[in-house]
Amino acid sequence: MDAALRELSYAQAIQEAMAIAMDMDERVFLMGEDIGVYGGAFQVTGDLVERYGTDRVIDTPISELGGAGVAVGAAVTGMRPIFEFQFSDFATLGMEQIVNQAAKMRFMLGGEVSVPVVMRFPAGSGTGAAAQHSQSLEAWLGHVPGLKVIQPATPHDAKGMLLAAVADPDPVMIFEHKLLYKMKGHVPEGHYTVPIGKAEIRREGRDLTIVATSIMVQKALDAAAALEGEGIDIEVVDLRTIRPIDRQTVIDSVKKTSRLLCVYEAVKTLGIGAEVSAMVAESEAFDYLDAPIVRLGGAETPIPYNPDLEKATVPQVPDIITAARDLVKGVR
Amino acid sequence: MAGASKAAVVDSRANLPFVYRQYSPEQLREVLHKMYLIRRFEEGAEECYTRGLIHGTMHLSIGQEASAMGICMPLAADDQITSTHRGHGHCIAKGAEVSRMFAEFFGKTTGYCKGRGGSMHIADVAKGNLGANGIVAGGIPIAVGAALSSKMMKTGKVVVSFFGDGANNEGAFHEALNMAAIWKLPVIFVCENNGYGMSTSTARSTAVKNIAERAAAYSMPGIIVNGNIFSEVAEASFKAVERARAGEGPTLIESKTYRHRGHSKSDRNRYRTKEEIEDWMANRDPITLFETELRDFGFIDDQGIQAIRDAVAKEIADGIEFAKASPAPEIATLQNYVYTEQA
Repeated sequence: MDAALRELSYAQAIQEAMAIAMDMDERVFLMGEDIGVYGGAFQVTGDLVERYGTDRVIDTPISELGGAGVAVGAAVTGMRPIFEFQFSDFATLGMEQIVNQAAKMRFMLGGEVSVPVVMRFPAGSGTGAAAQHSQSLEAWLGHVPGLKVIQPATPHDAKGMLLAAVADPDPVMIFEHKLLYKMKGHVPEGHYTVPIGKAEIRREGRDLTIVATSIMVQKALDAAAALEGEGIDIEVVDLRTIRPIDRQTVIDSVKKTSRLLCVYEAVKTLGIGAEVSAMVAESEAFDYLDAPIVRLGGAETPIPYNPDLEKATVPQVPDIITAARDLVKGVR
Repeated sequence: MAGASKAAVVDSRANLPFVYRQYSPEQLREVLHKMYLIRRFEEGAEECYTRGLIHGTMHLSIGQEASAMGICMPLAADDQITSTHRGHGHCIAKGAEVSRMFAEFFGKTTGYCKGRGGSMHIADVAKGNLGANGIVAGGIPIAVGAALSSKMMKTGKVVVSFFGDGANNEGAFHEALNMAAIWKLPVIFVCENNGYGMSTSTARSTAVKNIAERAAAYSMPGIIVNGNIFSEVAEASFKAVERARAGEGPTLIESKTYRHRGHSKSDRNRYRTKEEIEDWMANRDPITLFETELRDFGFIDDQGIQAIRDAVAKEIADGIEFAKASPAPEIATLQNYVYTEQA
């Protein structure tokens, strides 16, 4: 294989980013539950503790609230912590420190401090872990001014966006879909960053814009490939950041294709799909629309255990194909 | 002061309480000055609120001045604190200027938080005060994080986390104390137990008789002090600071005290008796206790006390004038400081 096209898994890409960040800056350290010798619940930290020692790869007690607060306090006083929540669902236990402290401290103190903390959240369904270990809560945090919230969808972006997050002076929340951890893709060697706040057009097309996040980007690309044979030409926008959202890329794409489908795993209502839809409806792109905006999101239910029920809870490729085809053919 | 009487003071210090042996007469008179400054600041803020010059709400620490001053006495300038919703006294004790505090309460750009924080988020980062906090126990894990920074960066800083009795039943308190203990961090947990979490007494809210007993669960010393006696508080803090600086880990200090005023401006004082409040005010006022000691031990005379009171009155009046005269933020700056401005 060409060395220039070296492939890593999404998990390996994150691990490499954390190692590079620690090599570049002695203030960077890792905190979280079972991230040391265990290697993290999803083996993302892996053997980093052997390379960087227990002073920089710190196993915390099972104390999400306290742990998040310690990370915030360390960040405010000169360190650059990367805090891993074992599952994104456990953000609920640390919410006070994330929402009331990390997000607001700079503002409340009139700009006298910055809070350069990175928090990582393994998220999403598909692992049979049922209702308390499978949620997609990114929109909760996306609602909070002061936070930046990102959802890298590829190994390349997972590394580049984590390195951008570590360099960022403000709190950055990274939602990593657990089913992406084993996804392989091209990851350049060494240090590079992928900017926070910039969406990426993954596939250009004329007939329909699909705005997707996280694991739904690949599903949207699969759906687009399947519809190519039917003469339907789909543009796929990987949103990548939900706060601050890249308004212009989405609006420009919809102006080009005149149709919008939002695809995301989180519960459909009151989520990122509503935001993207409203953003387009409020913009000049509204006049270009040839069809109603459609959202495909998670069902209005907790994530069930049974694998068939679990799959039925979130959009799958056939759902996207049907919705896209109907939209382009004017069925809806 | 005449040479002879000064020598007499020094000679007699060996039998006096801790602070009279540890600190100079000048330093102790400055403590009295600061205690008055806290008291008059709170009274000034209350008056401005009553007159409609300050909006929102505030939580006054009148009656808890010895606790704030005693804990901060042994701290170095670059040591850090996290504070609480009842944090005006901590802020002054750590070195803040009352003019910029008043300006913050008036919502002015010259305030410590440029008018964005108000009473509940008053901070003075340059002096090591990482901020008051509107969330009970919210500052405790942050203090532990600051102590982790101190240890990792080898700065030698000690961090004090102030909180009230109400915080001892929050999960954040327990999680933070545990982490500070297992990592032996240079942090001091200071519970200012004024008897009531809003309206609920510690007897009704807390399973242990003394909050200091919680320390046993986290293998750290738990010290109880009379929070209205400056020397007792300062001595406990001094030992805890020494322990923290030596790398021996955290201490929990329970400073038993009392707030003369209600919880906040909405308090109708239905949960405690008039007699109880009057007893604390008449017989256990921390400023009266300290001032009497200073006078009895010959560190100050009536003239000196009056000079302090006069100076404080002027500082407060000047501070309020500064706040009134300061500019309000432009509406166009509303979104400043949400994120760090990047070039």
